Amino acid sequence: MTTARPRLNRKVRLRLDRRTGRYMLLYPERGLELNETALEIARFCTGEWTVDDIVQHLARAFHDASLLEIKRDTRHFLDTLAERGLLQG
Amino acid sequence: MNGEYRPYTFIAELTYQCPLRCPYCSNPLDYTHQRDEIDTDTWLRVFQEAEALGVVQLNLTGGEPLLRNDLERLIEGASKLELYTNLITSGIPLTFERLARFRALGLNSVQVSIQSTKPTESDRIAGAPSFHRKLDVMQWVRSLDIPLTMNVVLHRDNIGETAALIALAENVSADRLELANAQYLGWALRNRAALLPTREQLGRARAIAADARERLRGRMEVVFVTPDYYSAFPKSCMDGWGRRFIVVNPEGLALPCHLAQTLPGLHFDNVRQRSVEDIWHHSSGFNQFRGEGWLPDPCRTCDRRTKDFGGCRCQAFHVTGNAGATDPTCSLSPAHGRIESARSQASHVAGAPVLFEYRTGRGFARA
Repeated sequence: MTTARPRLNRKVRLRLDRRTGRYMLLYPERGLELNETALEIARFCTGEWTVDDIVQHLARAFHDASLLEIKRDTRHFLDTLAERGLLQG
Repeated sequence: MNGEYRPYTFIAELTYQCPLRCPYCSNPLDYTHQRDEIDTDTWLRVFQEAEALGVVQLNLTGGEPLLRNDLERLIEGASKLELYTNLITSGIPLTFERLARFRALGLNSVQVSIQSTKPTESDRIAGAPSFHRKLDVMQWVRSLDIPLTMNVVLHRDNIGETAALIALAENVSADRLELANAQYLGWALRNRAALLPTREQLGRARAIAADARERLRGRMEVVFVTPDYYSAFPKSCMDGWGRRFIVVNPEGLALPCHLAQTLPGLHFDNVRQRSVEDIWHHSSGFNQFRGEGWLPDPCRTCDRRTKDFGGCRCQAFHVTGNAGATDPTCSLSPAHGRIESARSQASHVAGAPVLFEYRTGRGFARA
Protein backbone atom coordinates (compact mmCIF):
# COMPACT_ATOMS: atom_id res chain seq x y z
CA MET A 1 0.00 0.00 0.00
CA THR A 2 2.67 2.51 1.01
CA THR A 3 4.53 2.01 -2.26
CA ALA A 4 1.34 2.52 -4.28
CA ARG A 5 1.26 5.69 -6.37
CA PRO A 6 -2.26 7.12 -6.06
CA ARG A 7 -3.57 9.19 -8.90
CA LEU A 8 -6.80 11.17 -9.10
CA ASN A 9 -9.33 9.79 -11.56
CA ARG A 10 -9.56 11.77 -14.79
CA LYS A 11 -13.12 12.82 -13.95
CA VAL A 12 -11.90 14.82 -10.92
CA ARG A 13 -11.16 18.55 -11.06
CA LEU A 14 -9.54 20.50 -8.24
CA ARG A 15 -10.67 24.09 -7.87
CA LEU A 16 -10.70 26.95 -5.41
CA ASP A 17 -14.05 27.68 -3.83
CA ARG A 18 -14.01 31.46 -4.00
CA ARG A 19 -16.81 31.70 -1.45
CA THR A 20 -14.92 29.88 1.31
CA GLY A 21 -11.29 30.20 0.21
CA ARG A 22 -11.01 26.41 0.41
CA TYR A 23 -10.34 23.95 -2.35
CA MET A 24 -12.79 21.34 -3.55
CA LEU A 25 -12.71 18.24 -5.70
CA LEU A 26 -15.45 18.23 -8.30
CA TYR A 27 -16.76 15.23 -10.20
CA PRO A 28 -20.06 14.44 -11.92
CA GLU A 29 -22.97 15.71 -9.82
CA ARG A 30 -20.84 15.94 -6.67
CA GLY A 31 -18.13 17.83 -4.83
CA LEU A 32 -15.86 17.22 -1.87
CA GLU A 33 -14.63 20.12 0.23
CA LEU A 34 -11.00 19.73 1.29
CA ASN A 35 -9.33 20.80 4.52
CA GLU A 36 -5.68 21.82 4.49
CA THR A 37 -4.31 18.30 4.94
CA ALA A 38 -6.65 16.80 2.34
CA LEU A 39 -5.64 19.46 -0.17
CA GLU A 40 -1.95 18.65 0.30
CA ILE A 41 -2.66 14.94 -0.18
CA ALA A 42 -4.84 15.54 -3.25
CA ARG A 43 -2.14 17.67 -4.86
CA PHE A 44 0.27 14.75 -4.63
CA CYS A 45 -2.14 12.22 -6.15
CA THR A 46 -0.60 12.51 -9.61
CA GLY A 47 0.65 8.95 -10.06
CA GLU A 48 4.26 10.07 -9.52
CA TRP A 49 4.40 9.91 -5.74
CA THR A 50 4.10 6.93 -3.41
CA VAL A 51 2.02 7.03 -0.24
CA ASP A 52 5.31 7.18 1.68
CA ASP A 53 6.38 10.23 -0.32
CA ILE A 54 3.09 11.91 0.51
CA VAL A 55 3.46 11.16 4.22
CA GLN A 56 6.98 12.60 4.22
CA HIS A 57 5.81 15.71 2.43
CA LEU A 58 3.03 16.22 4.97
CA ALA A 59 5.45 15.70 7.85
CA ARG A 60 7.56 18.55 6.50
CA ALA A 61 4.54 20.78 5.83
CA PHE A 62 2.80 20.23 9.18
CA HIS A 63 5.44 20.26 11.94
CA ASP A 64 2.89 20.08 14.74
CA ALA A 65 1.39 16.74 13.76
CA SER A 66 2.90 13.40 14.75
CA LEU A 67 3.93 10.96 12.05
CA LEU A 68 1.35 8.54 13.39
CA GLU A 69 -1.43 11.09 12.94
CA ILE A 70 -0.22 11.97 9.47
CA LYS A 71 -0.14 8.34 8.39
CA ARG A 72 -3.62 7.78 9.78
CA ASP A 73 -5.05 10.91 8.10
CA THR A 74 -3.43 10.05 4.78
CA ARG A 75 -4.75 6.50 4.82
CA HIS A 76 -8.20 7.71 5.82
CA PHE A 77 -8.39 10.34 3.08
CA LEU A 78 -7.06 7.99 0.37
CA ASP A 79 -9.68 5.43 1.46
CA THR A 80 -12.37 8.11 1.12
CA LEU A 81 -11.17 8.92 -2.39
CA ALA A 82 -11.04 5.25 -3.40
CA GLU A 83 -14.46 4.58 -1.93
CA ARG A 84 -15.94 7.35 -4.07
CA GLY A 85 -14.15 6.11 -7.17
CA LEU A 86 -11.96 9.22 -7.30
CA LEU A 87 -8.65 7.38 -7.71
CA GLN A 88 -7.58 5.93 -11.03
CA GLY A 89 -8.24 2.18 -10.77
CA MET B 1 -28.71 35.63 3.44
CA ASN B 2 -26.65 33.05 5.35
CA GLY B 3 -24.66 30.12 3.91
CA GLU B 4 -27.59 27.77 4.30
CA TYR B 5 -28.79 29.09 0.95
CA ARG B 6 -25.99 28.74 -1.55
CA PRO B 7 -26.46 27.42 -5.06
CA TYR B 8 -23.88 24.78 -5.94
CA THR B 9 -25.54 23.41 -9.06
CA PHE B 10 -26.96 25.35 -11.98
CA ILE B 11 -29.31 23.50 -14.30
CA ALA B 12 -29.48 25.20 -17.68
CA GLU B 13 -32.47 23.95 -19.67
CA LEU B 14 -31.24 25.25 -23.01
CA THR B 15 -34.30 24.25 -25.02
CA TYR B 16 -37.52 22.29 -24.60
CA GLN B 17 -37.17 20.88 -28.10
CA CYS B 18 -36.23 17.22 -28.32
CA PRO B 19 -36.22 14.50 -30.98
CA LEU B 20 -37.43 11.99 -28.35
CA ARG B 21 -40.92 11.83 -26.83
CA CYS B 22 -40.35 10.02 -23.53
CA PRO B 23 -43.56 9.62 -21.54
CA TYR B 24 -41.84 10.65 -18.27
CA CYS B 25 -40.21 13.84 -19.57
CA SER B 26 -39.45 16.36 -16.82
CA ASN B 27 -40.40 19.32 -19.00
CA PRO B 28 -43.78 20.93 -18.27
CA LEU B 29 -46.88 19.59 -20.04
CA ASP B 30 -47.38 22.93 -21.80
CA TYR B 31 -43.75 23.30 -22.87
CA THR B 32 -44.74 24.35 -26.37
CA HIS B 33 -46.29 27.56 -25.02
CA GLN B 34 -42.89 29.01 -24.23
CA ARG B 35 -41.71 32.28 -25.67
CA ASP B 36 -38.37 32.65 -27.43
CA GLU B 37 -35.32 30.88 -26.07
CA ILE B 38 -32.75 33.15 -24.44
CA ASP B 39 -29.68 33.89 -26.53
CA THR B 40 -26.02 32.95 -26.20
CA ASP B 41 -24.87 36.18 -24.57
CA THR B 42 -27.60 36.02 -21.95
CA TRP B 43 -26.63 32.45 -21.04
CA LEU B 44 -22.96 33.44 -20.80
CA ARG B 45 -23.78 36.37 -18.51
CA VAL B 46 -26.01 34.16 -16.40
CA PHE B 47 -23.26 31.52 -15.99
CA GLN B 48 -20.91 34.24 -14.80
CA GLU B 49 -23.43 35.58 -12.28
CA ALA B 50 -24.16 32.08 -11.05
CA GLU B 51 -20.48 31.27 -10.58
CA ALA B 52 -19.97 34.47 -8.59
CA LEU B 53 -22.84 33.38 -6.34
CA GLY B 54 -21.15 30.04 -5.55
CA VAL B 55 -22.19 27.67 -8.34
CA VAL B 56 -19.53 25.07 -9.19
CA GLN B 57 -21.51 22.48 -11.17
CA LEU B 58 -23.28 23.22 -14.45
CA ASN B 59 -25.72 20.83 -16.10
CA LEU B 60 -26.45 21.61 -19.72
CA THR B 61 -29.75 19.96 -20.41
CA GLY B 62 -33.12 20.41 -22.11
CA GLY B 63 -35.08 19.11 -23.97
CA GLU B 64 -32.10 18.14 -26.04
CA PRO B 65 -29.21 20.60 -25.57
CA LEU B 66 -27.51 19.38 -28.77
CA LEU B 67 -30.21 21.22 -30.72
CA ARG B 68 -28.61 24.52 -29.66
CA ASN B 69 -26.05 25.42 -32.29
CA ASP B 70 -24.26 27.67 -29.80
CA LEU B 71 -23.47 24.79 -27.45
CA GLU B 72 -19.77 25.12 -28.30
CA ARG B 73 -19.71 28.73 -27.10
CA LEU B 74 -21.63 27.87 -23.94
CA ILE B 75 -19.21 25.06 -23.05
CA GLU B 76 -16.25 27.32 -23.73
CA GLY B 77 -17.69 30.08 -21.53
CA ALA B 78 -18.48 27.66 -18.70
CA SER B 79 -15.00 26.17 -18.89
CA LYS B 80 -13.39 29.62 -18.55
CA LEU B 81 -15.37 30.03 -15.33
CA GLU B 82 -14.01 26.67 -14.07
CA LEU B 83 -17.54 25.31 -13.83
CA TYR B 84 -17.67 21.51 -13.82
CA THR B 85 -19.74 21.13 -16.95
CA ASN B 86 -21.97 18.11 -17.54
CA LEU B 87 -23.81 17.54 -20.81
CA ILE B 88 -27.11 15.72 -20.20
CA THR B 89 -28.18 14.31 -23.53
CA SER B 90 -29.97 11.67 -25.55
CA GLY B 91 -26.96 11.74 -27.89
CA ILE B 92 -29.12 12.81 -30.83
CA PRO B 93 -28.23 14.58 -33.10
CA LEU B 94 -24.45 14.38 -32.66
CA THR B 95 -21.31 13.60 -34.62
CA PHE B 96 -18.00 12.32 -33.29
CA GLU B 97 -16.33 15.52 -34.50
CA ARG B 98 -18.70 17.78 -32.59
CA LEU B 99 -18.23 15.75 -29.43
CA ALA B 100 -14.44 16.02 -29.86
CA ARG B 101 -14.85 19.81 -30.13
CA PHE B 102 -16.84 19.87 -26.89
CA ARG B 103 -14.04 18.01 -25.17
CA ALA B 104 -11.39 20.35 -26.52
CA LEU B 105 -13.44 23.31 -25.27
CA GLY B 106 -13.49 21.91 -21.74
CA LEU B 107 -16.58 19.72 -21.33
CA ASN B 108 -16.08 17.66 -18.15
CA SER B 109 -18.60 14.84 -18.44
CA VAL B 110 -21.40 13.43 -20.57
CA GLN B 111 -24.57 11.73 -19.40
CA VAL B 112 -26.40 9.64 -21.99
CA SER B 113 -29.88 8.25 -21.33
CA ILE B 114 -30.92 4.75 -22.36
CA GLN B 115 -34.51 3.54 -22.22
CA SER B 116 -33.97 -0.23 -22.30
CA THR B 117 -31.30 -2.81 -23.18
CA LYS B 118 -33.54 -4.07 -26.01
CA PRO B 119 -33.37 -1.92 -29.16
CA THR B 120 -37.04 -2.09 -30.14
CA GLU B 121 -38.19 -1.56 -26.57
CA SER B 122 -35.81 1.37 -26.06
CA ASP B 123 -37.13 2.99 -29.24
CA ARG B 124 -40.74 2.36 -28.22
CA ILE B 125 -40.26 4.04 -24.83
CA ALA B 126 -38.34 6.97 -26.36
CA GLY B 127 -41.02 7.33 -29.03
CA ALA B 128 -38.32 7.56 -31.73
CA PRO B 129 -35.60 5.33 -33.23
CA SER B 130 -32.56 6.09 -31.10
CA PHE B 131 -31.08 3.03 -29.38
CA HIS B 132 -28.26 2.18 -31.78
CA ARG B 133 -27.12 5.77 -32.05
CA LYS B 134 -27.06 6.07 -28.26
CA LEU B 135 -24.72 3.08 -28.07
CA ASP B 136 -22.47 4.70 -30.69
CA VAL B 137 -22.43 7.94 -28.75
CA MET B 138 -21.50 6.21 -25.49
CA GLN B 139 -18.61 4.55 -27.29
CA TRP B 140 -17.48 7.89 -28.72
CA VAL B 141 -17.56 9.40 -25.25
CA ARG B 142 -15.34 6.61 -23.98
CA SER B 143 -12.97 6.72 -26.92
CA LEU B 144 -12.47 10.44 -26.29
CA ASP B 145 -11.82 9.56 -22.64
CA ILE B 146 -14.63 11.78 -21.38
CA PRO B 147 -16.18 10.63 -18.07
CA LEU B 148 -19.45 8.87 -18.93
CA THR B 149 -22.66 8.51 -16.95
CA MET B 150 -25.30 6.15 -18.30
CA ASN B 151 -28.71 7.21 -17.08
CA VAL B 152 -31.86 5.11 -17.11
CA VAL B 153 -35.25 6.34 -15.95
CA LEU B 154 -36.82 3.26 -14.38
CA HIS B 155 -40.50 2.40 -14.61
CA ARG B 156 -42.74 -0.63 -14.86
CA ASP B 157 -41.72 -1.65 -18.37
CA ASN B 158 -37.93 -1.58 -17.87
CA ILE B 159 -37.31 -2.05 -14.14
CA GLY B 160 -37.17 -5.82 -14.69
CA GLU B 161 -34.08 -5.24 -16.84
CA THR B 162 -32.01 -3.85 -13.98
CA ALA B 163 -29.37 -6.61 -14.17
CA ALA B 164 -29.07 -6.27 -17.95
CA LEU B 165 -28.85 -2.47 -17.66
CA ILE B 166 -25.96 -2.82 -15.20
CA ALA B 167 -24.25 -5.24 -17.60
CA LEU B 168 -24.68 -2.77 -20.45
CA ALA B 169 -23.17 0.05 -18.36
CA GLU B 170 -20.19 -2.20 -17.57
CA ASN B 171 -19.93 -3.14 -21.21
CA VAL B 172 -19.65 0.50 -22.32
CA SER B 173 -17.27 1.18 -19.38
CA ALA B 174 -19.47 3.88 -17.87
CA ASP B 175 -17.93 5.68 -14.90
CA ARG B 176 -21.33 6.08 -13.33
CA LEU B 177 -24.74 4.44 -13.68
CA GLU B 178 -27.85 6.26 -12.61
CA LEU B 179 -30.88 4.04 -12.18
CA ALA B 180 -33.42 6.68 -11.36
CA ASN B 181 -37.04 5.79 -10.87
CA ALA B 182 -39.36 8.23 -12.60
CA GLN B 183 -40.48 11.17 -10.48
CA TYR B 184 -44.25 11.26 -10.79
CA LEU B 185 -44.66 14.86 -11.90
CA GLY B 186 -45.33 16.45 -15.28
CA TRP B 187 -45.51 13.86 -18.06
CA ALA B 188 -44.71 11.02 -15.65
CA LEU B 189 -47.69 11.95 -13.48
CA ARG B 190 -49.91 11.95 -16.54
CA ASN B 191 -48.58 8.48 -17.42
CA ARG B 192 -48.44 7.21 -13.86
CA ALA B 193 -50.81 4.30 -14.46
CA ALA B 194 -48.51 3.04 -17.22
CA LEU B 195 -45.25 3.71 -15.38
CA LEU B 196 -45.51 3.07 -11.65
CA PRO B 197 -43.88 -0.28 -10.79
CA THR B 198 -45.17 -2.65 -8.13
CA ARG B 199 -43.52 -2.95 -4.74
CA GLU B 200 -42.22 -6.41 -5.70
CA GLN B 201 -40.62 -5.14 -8.91
CA LEU B 202 -38.99 -2.32 -7.00
CA GLY B 203 -37.68 -4.62 -4.27
CA ARG B 204 -36.02 -6.95 -6.76
CA ALA B 205 -34.41 -4.10 -8.70
CA ARG B 206 -33.14 -2.40 -5.56
CA ALA B 207 -31.50 -5.63 -4.33
CA ILE B 208 -29.78 -6.17 -7.70
CA ALA B 209 -28.52 -2.58 -7.73
CA ALA B 210 -27.25 -2.87 -4.14
CA ASP B 211 -25.24 -5.99 -5.05
CA ALA B 212 -23.78 -4.23 -8.09
CA ARG B 213 -22.88 -1.16 -6.04
CA GLU B 214 -20.75 -3.34 -3.74
CA ARG B 215 -19.22 -5.39 -6.52
CA LEU B 216 -18.29 -2.33 -8.61
CA ARG B 217 -17.26 -0.02 -5.76
CA GLY B 218 -14.32 2.13 -6.79
CA ARG B 219 -14.79 1.28 -10.50
CA MET B 220 -18.31 2.34 -11.41
CA GLU B 221 -20.60 4.35 -9.19
CA VAL B 222 -24.06 2.79 -9.13
CA VAL B 223 -26.82 5.17 -8.04
CA PHE B 224 -30.31 3.83 -7.43
CA VAL B 225 -33.02 6.43 -6.88
CA THR B 226 -36.11 4.94 -5.21
CA PRO B 227 -39.50 6.29 -6.22
CA ASP B 228 -40.81 8.26 -3.27
CA TYR B 229 -44.20 6.58 -3.81
CA TYR B 230 -42.68 3.57 -2.04
CA SER B 231 -40.80 5.40 0.72
CA ALA B 232 -42.17 6.00 4.20
CA PHE B 233 -40.89 9.57 4.07
CA PRO B 234 -40.43 12.05 1.23
CA LYS B 235 -37.18 13.01 -0.44
CA SER B 236 -35.50 16.29 0.36
CA CYS B 237 -36.55 17.49 -3.08
CA MET B 238 -33.72 19.53 -4.70
CA ASP B 239 -32.04 19.37 -1.24
CA GLY B 240 -34.69 21.82 -0.10
CA TRP B 241 -36.43 24.67 -1.90
CA GLY B 242 -33.96 27.35 -3.02
CA ARG B 243 -31.10 25.91 -0.97
CA ARG B 244 -28.66 24.29 -3.43
CA PHE B 245 -30.04 24.43 -6.99
CA ILE B 246 -31.06 26.98 -9.57
CA VAL B 247 -32.87 25.93 -12.72
CA VAL B 248 -33.14 28.39 -15.60
CA ASN B 249 -35.63 27.32 -18.25
CA PRO B 250 -35.31 27.99 -22.00
CA GLU B 251 -37.16 31.31 -21.85
CA GLY B 252 -35.04 32.54 -18.93
CA LEU B 253 -37.27 31.92 -15.93
CA ALA B 254 -35.15 31.22 -12.83
CA LEU B 255 -36.67 28.46 -10.71
CA PRO B 256 -35.92 26.35 -7.62
CA CYS B 257 -36.85 23.18 -9.60
CA HIS B 258 -37.87 22.04 -13.10
CA LEU B 259 -41.60 22.49 -12.53
CA ALA B 260 -41.87 25.27 -9.94
CA GLN B 261 -43.61 27.52 -12.47
CA THR B 262 -46.56 25.12 -12.50
CA LEU B 263 -47.42 26.12 -8.90
CA PRO B 264 -50.21 28.70 -8.80
CA GLY B 265 -49.81 32.01 -6.99
CA LEU B 266 -46.02 32.06 -7.06
CA HIS B 267 -44.03 34.68 -8.87
CA PHE B 268 -40.75 33.83 -10.56
CA ASP B 269 -38.35 36.19 -12.29
CA ASN B 270 -36.61 36.14 -15.62
CA VAL B 271 -32.84 36.41 -16.02
CA ARG B 272 -33.47 38.80 -18.91
CA GLN B 273 -34.65 41.38 -16.39
CA ARG B 274 -32.82 40.61 -13.14
CA SER B 275 -29.41 39.26 -12.17
CA VAL B 276 -29.08 35.72 -10.84
CA GLU B 277 -27.86 37.09 -7.50
CA ASP B 278 -30.84 39.42 -7.14
CA ILE B 279 -33.26 36.61 -8.02
CA TRP B 280 -31.61 34.11 -5.68
CA HIS B 281 -31.81 36.44 -2.69
CA HIS B 282 -34.94 38.48 -3.35
CA SER B 283 -37.31 36.69 -5.75
CA SER B 284 -40.55 36.02 -3.90
CA GLY B 285 -40.85 32.61 -5.58
CA PHE B 286 -37.45 31.50 -4.24
CA ASN B 287 -38.28 32.77 -0.74
CA GLN B 288 -41.78 31.28 -0.63
CA PHE B 289 -40.77 27.92 0.86
CA ARG B 290 -37.47 28.78 2.54
CA GLY B 291 -37.10 28.54 6.30
CA GLU B 292 -39.68 26.92 8.56
CA GLY B 293 -42.36 29.61 8.82
CA TRP B 294 -44.43 28.13 5.98
CA LEU B 295 -44.31 24.51 7.21
CA PRO B 296 -47.72 22.83 7.55
CA ASP B 297 -48.74 20.24 10.10
CA PRO B 298 -47.49 17.58 10.67
CA CYS B 299 -44.10 18.87 9.36
CA ARG B 300 -44.02 21.84 11.74
CA THR B 301 -43.16 19.70 14.76
CA CYS B 302 -41.63 16.72 12.97
CA ASP B 303 -37.98 15.80 13.62
CA ARG B 304 -37.50 15.12 9.93
CA ARG B 305 -38.25 18.71 8.90
CA THR B 306 -34.52 19.55 8.80
CA LYS B 307 -33.85 16.52 6.57
CA ASP B 308 -36.64 16.61 4.00
CA PHE B 309 -37.90 20.21 4.36
CA GLY B 310 -41.49 19.00 3.95
CA GLY B 311 -40.69 17.15 0.69
CA CYS B 312 -41.62 18.16 -2.85
CA ARG B 313 -43.78 21.28 -3.35
CA CYS B 314 -44.82 20.26 -6.86
CA GLN B 315 -45.93 16.84 -5.67
CA ALA B 316 -47.88 18.48 -2.86
CA PHE B 317 -49.71 20.69 -5.34
CA HIS B 318 -50.28 18.19 -8.13
CA VAL B 319 -51.63 15.51 -5.78
CA THR B 320 -53.40 17.54 -3.05
CA GLY B 321 -54.08 20.85 -4.81
CA ASN B 322 -52.12 22.76 -2.15
CA ALA B 323 -48.46 23.62 -2.79
CA GLY B 324 -47.96 24.38 0.91
CA ALA B 325 -49.13 20.95 2.10
CA THR B 326 -46.96 18.11 3.37
CA ASP B 327 -45.65 16.03 0.48
CA PRO B 328 -48.33 13.31 0.18
CA THR B 329 -45.72 10.57 -0.28
CA CYS B 330 -45.01 11.02 3.44
CA SER B 331 -46.76 8.33 5.47
CA LEU B 332 -47.67 11.05 8.00
CA SER B 333 -49.44 13.20 5.38
CA PRO B 334 -53.22 13.44 5.72
CA ALA B 335 -53.40 12.94 1.92
CA HIS B 336 -51.21 9.82 1.89
CA GLY B 337 -54.23 7.71 0.90
CA ARG B 338 -53.94 9.06 -2.64
CA ILE B 339 -50.44 7.62 -2.93
CA GLU B 340 -51.61 4.33 -1.45
CA SER B 341 -54.35 4.08 -4.03
CA ALA B 342 -51.89 4.74 -6.88
CA ARG B 343 -49.73 1.91 -5.52
CA SER B 344 -52.68 -0.39 -5.27
CA GLN B 345 -53.66 0.45 -8.85
CA ALA B 346 -50.10 -0.43 -9.94
CA SER B 347 -50.36 -3.87 -8.39
CA HIS B 348 -53.74 -4.46 -10.08
CA VAL B 349 -52.61 -3.58 -13.57
CA ALA B 350 -49.21 -5.30 -13.24
CA GLY B 351 -48.61 -7.29 -16.39
CA ALA B 352 -51.39 -5.60 -18.36
CA PRO B 353 -50.16 -3.18 -21.01
CA VAL B 354 -51.14 0.46 -20.50
CA LEU B 355 -50.48 2.82 -23.39
CA PHE B 356 -48.21 5.80 -22.96
CA GLU B 357 -49.29 9.26 -23.75
CA TYR B 358 -46.16 10.47 -25.47
CA ARG B 359 -44.81 13.93 -24.98
CA THR B 360 -46.07 15.90 -27.96
CA GLY B 361 -46.23 19.41 -29.23
CA ARG B 362 -44.86 21.75 -31.79
CA GLY B 363 -41.47 21.65 -30.06
CA PHE B 364 -41.08 18.12 -31.29
CA ALA B 365 -42.43 18.73 -34.75
CA ARG B 366 -39.86 21.47 -35.33
CA ALA B 367 -36.91 19.39 -34.15
